[in-house]
Amino acid sequence: MIPSAFDYHAPASIPEAIALLSRFGESAKVISGGQSLLPLLKLRLGTAEHLVDIGRIAGLEYVREEGGSLRIGGRTRESVLERSEIVQTRFPILLDTARVIADPLVRNRATVGGNLAHGDPANDHPATMLALRATVVAQGPNGERTIPIDRFFTGLFATALAADEILTEIRIPVPPNRSGGAYMKLERKVGDYATAAAAAQVTLDGAGNFTEVGLALTNAGPVPVRASAAEDVLLGKRADDARIAEAARRAAEVASPTADRRGSVEYKREMARVLAVRALKKAVERAGGR
Amino acid sequence: MSEPRTSPEVCGMGHSMKRKEDPRFIRGKGNYVDDIQLPGMLHMDIVRSPFAHAKIKSIDASKALKIPGVLAVITGETLAKYNLHWMPTLMSDTQMVLPTEKVMYQAQEVAAVIATDRYVAADGVEAVEVDYEPLPVVVDPFKALAPDAPVLRTDKKDKKDNRIFHWQAGDRAATDKAFAESDVVVKQDMYIPRIHVASIETCGCVADFDRVSGKLTVYMTTQAPHAVRTVFALVAGHVGLSEEKIRIISPDIGGGFGGKVPVYPGYVIAVAASVVIGKPVKWVEDRMENLQADSFARDYHIHAELAAKKDGTMTALRIKTLADHGYADAAANPSKFPAGLFSICTGSYALKHAFAEVDGVYTNKPPGGIAYRCSFRVTEAVHCIERITDVLAQELKMDPAELRLKNFIPPEKFPWKSALGWEYDSGNYPAALHKAMEIVGYEALRKEQAEKRARGELMGICISSFTEIVGAGPSKQFDILGLKMFDSCELRIHPTGKALARFGTKSQGQGHETTYAQIIAEELGIPAAQVQVEEGDTDTAPYGLGTYASRSTPTAGAAGSLAARKVREKAKQIAAHLLECSPDDLVWEPGKFSVKGAPSRSKTIQEIALAAYTNHPQGMEAGLEAVSYYDPPNLTFPFGSYIAVVDIDRGTGQVKVRRFVAVDDCGNIINPMIVDGQIHGGLAMGLAPALLEEISYDDEGNITGGSFMDYLLPTAVETPSWETAKTVTPSPHHPFGAKGVGESATVGAPPAIANAVVDALAHLGVRHVEIPITPEKVWRLLKEKGLAE
Ligand SMILES: Cc1cc2nc3c(=O)[nH]c(=O)nc-3n(C[C@H](O)[C@H](O)[C@H](O)COP(=O)(O)OP(=O)(O)OC[C@H]3O[C@@H](n4cnc5c(N)ncnc54)[C@H](O)[C@@H]3O)c2cc1C
Repeated sequence: MIPSAFDYHAPASIPEAIALLSRFGESAKVISGGQSLLPLLKLRLGTAEHLVDIGRIAGLEYVREEGGSLRIGGRTRESVLERSEIVQTRFPILLDTARVIADPLVRNRATVGGNLAHGDPANDHPATMLALRATVVAQGPNGERTIPIDRFFTGLFATALAADEILTEIRIPVPPNRSGGAYMKLERKVGDYATAAAAAQVTLDGAGNFTEVGLALTNAGPVPVRASAAEDVLLGKRADDARIAEAARRAAEVASPTADRRGSVEYKREMARVLAVRALKKAVERAGGR
Repeated sequence: MSEPRTSPEVCGMGHSMKRKEDPRFIRGKGNYVDDIQLPGMLHMDIVRSPFAHAKIKSIDASKALKIPGVLAVITGETLAKYNLHWMPTLMSDTQMVLPTEKVMYQAQEVAAVIATDRYVAADGVEAVEVDYEPLPVVVDPFKALAPDAPVLRTDKKDKKDNRIFHWQAGDRAATDKAFAESDVVVKQDMYIPRIHVASIETCGCVADFDRVSGKLTVYMTTQAPHAVRTVFALVAGHVGLSEEKIRIISPDIGGGFGGKVPVYPGYVIAVAASVVIGKPVKWVEDRMENLQADSFARDYHIHAELAAKKDGTMTALRIKTLADHGYADAAANPSKFPAGLFSICTGSYALKHAFAEVDGVYTNKPPGGIAYRCSFRVTEAVHCIERITDVLAQELKMDPAELRLKNFIPPEKFPWKSALGWEYDSGNYPAALHKAMEIVGYEALRKEQAEKRARGELMGICISSFTEIVGAGPSKQFDILGLKMFDSCELRIHPTGKALARFGTKSQGQGHETTYAQIIAEELGIPAAQVQVEEGDTDTAPYGLGTYASRSTPTAGAAGSLAARKVREKAKQIAAHLLECSPDDLVWEPGKFSVKGAPSRSKTIQEIALAAYTNHPQGMEAGLEAVSYYDPPNLTFPFGSYIAVVDIDRGTGQVKVRRFVAVDDCGNIINPMIVDGQIHGGLAMGLAPALLEEISYDDEGNITGGSFMDYLLPTAVETPSWETAKTVTPSPHHPFGAKGVGESATVGAPPAIANAVVDALAHLGVRHVEIPITPEKVWRLLKEKGLAE
């Protein structure tokens, strides 16, 4: 439980951090909350010669509404997200998610940006952000660029971020009226990664039909997955039990989990379905559909 | 419990005195092994095997030795020079300290790196290169007994198979006959999985050999410091360690639960390193080493059969068990009991006939079989009898409470001689069960269950009415490596009337500093706050066998009480001298002697103590001290009835424990708050194997569940709000009528939960679910029965 030796850098600004990352290339790693990175280093499953700590850079921790979107600073801790008033009142899906990530101690350090940047399909925020159709903002040597969440996760522990890029913000479109979302997670005990989990974000029209649907799964394959076929089943249709059940079945079809101590492939796929039903129903309820 | 006899100032038995040890723990001022810092101290880290069974072809330490700060790499070859590469286990088996030929389980110690710094030691471990040649692995204990199984203990010249022992108890023929004559027989296989104590503090030591004085001091996470000292003297006598030159100190211990009874290889290597290098050496395991290599508990494959008459009267019990001990029998049972006290498996029932047998088997897993918060295999026994009782209830379509009430040993039949040879000291089983049923509202819950079933919802209610056997033990039967299992107290009363009491046990969270002080307070009337309790330093404490198996109150607690009575006897002589009367004319009430019929003429214990040093009678020795070595006449048999109420999620298979009522009877109670604390902790530790914890292995012998990621300790979120209550049936043979209580809940809780889950599914024809009851196991049953959401 002791990592190999590394050098530690604590830049005071984003340009300084990018300069360090550019200089050290692949031998450097950004460290944010350290709650995913440090366990890897301590178990010597990974090594880094240089750690570039972005925790001393001012102005990276915020949750605010601006220009029609919710903006989450790249180094916003889960505990800050949880306590944010706008999240509590208007983004129940984010509140659901933050509350089931690890435990309060971890959440006092772990960051939303790190949760995405780690590219771990077992993390909870990727599915939520897919359901919310978020955009990731990154800064690198060539300035800033935005990456749609659908193009962000490129493989197991791999993202669209370059080695010298820093995730600085997450943008989520503010949903219209009659919208609701929910995140449902099955875990063996508090603090565990998901056996299965589903994130659903929906908007209904006056007649109770779906006008927007986002549905995604956690720990259901090497990358966080959007259940597009399930979304298509629902779009434009009435939010009734039969259709939700059908959508959840479609969602489970895209799950390709692996067997481990959390359960067999069969069980995990079934749980993806069961939780998709529950998340969709809750989202509809929160959208005022029931 | 009757009213306390002493005032709140004195705080004798029955007072919920706040724990004397807590201020230091709460403020982070405890002193654990890892807090020990000695000048020039070196650090040790251990190279461990990635294979479960492999020949060691070579160990190359050259790269490690080049790292600045790495001083030595110790291997089996190094220790073999001193004949210290093997050591005995407490069960008279042998176990490697470091291997010279082959490794026998994954995570086994292969070499140790000694360095100036803990971090450098870790780098050194990474740099040691070991060349292994994998050997065939035996994981399954049933396959281990197959004729073609590879013999694992090739170190034992004549060993031709993997069997360690065969043990049996009871009358086989009479039991078979009773089965033949019975109306109903139920049979059930059940597995009690391998689990781990997972104490918050891992194991470790600081070994400090002083070359000048020749004295070895070892600060060590041990529950039995005196026994360890003697074992060290016996196994290392040939290299010059002599018992008077060995001092074992158990400082504060962060949980033991039986896991800190064995002597682990790491301790021995650290001692050897300190003796050879002449400097203090610290070794503290990390969490994964602790989970993967230290002694496990349970791992019993049980086949149980219960015979009964049509009306539900139980007539006979027959049990056959395979015990997986890993590659060595490193259990910590009393020596004459290879299967511990498993023969308590007749439980709370008036069974006339019983036969039980256990076979111990070697496999490629860590050695052990320790008694995890359980008096030697009692958890296994209780799970077995309480589960099979419910299977019988289901077969007979009888309510499980009714079946139990019908078969309980009647209160008036105590002392009860059990079919497997124990003499239960006292009990009132119906009282405890009735009380639990009343608190939980049994009838109303059964009604609710029926309504829910009609709606397709799943809830279960069920019971565990356990009987424990603790307080080992009487010297005629109980010893560990020949050391009789008495325990001791040395009590000194100072001139100002304050006391120092030292014991042969060692608290690891049980609160001895408080409860022992209360025992002395009860006997002498000296305020418990003024009784200093000390344990764990072999240079100062009287010899004792340590704390495990709920033995401290039954043995050392009794010794404390008897030492205090000896002091009181002398105090009486002094009081008679001071009051100028005959000792026979004195009456005692807690804290003072007074003259019969003249209560104003009295002397307090404090006045008497002062006189013992300033004005003692001529012809009497000065001072006020006593020693007691207590050899219990029998064990004590705590019991209780637990009722669990569970709800099952039909979509996920998750089990939620809605309520849990625990009615315990541990005889007379010293400190009700501490007893409740013991029960609360024990219940959480009992829920754990029922629903969450298991250490398992894949076919190659790789551990799965070797970290807290997969070894699932319950938290406040997973545990319900425990509802506790008591009945009091004193032990007739214990000096103050107490029994042990530290383990009742760990032992009693798992079957209550398992039975409740089965009860929730019983109408679907489910008879048994193996623990830990994971959501997937339940979901599979629901799916099979067409009930999954
Ligand atoms: C006991 C425990 C339980 C946990 N349980 C859960 C759980 O249930 N659900 C869950 O979702 N997570 C869980 N986690 C993970 C936790 O939420 C992580 O903290 C999170 O996934 C990573 O955030 P971090 O800020 O700690 O990132 P770090 O560990 O610092 O970094 C993770 C990775 O992301 C990169 N990175 C981080 N920030 C940036 C950035 N701004 N720009 C570019 N790269 C960056 C790092 O280089 C590194 O590769 C758990 C962690 C622990 C210790």
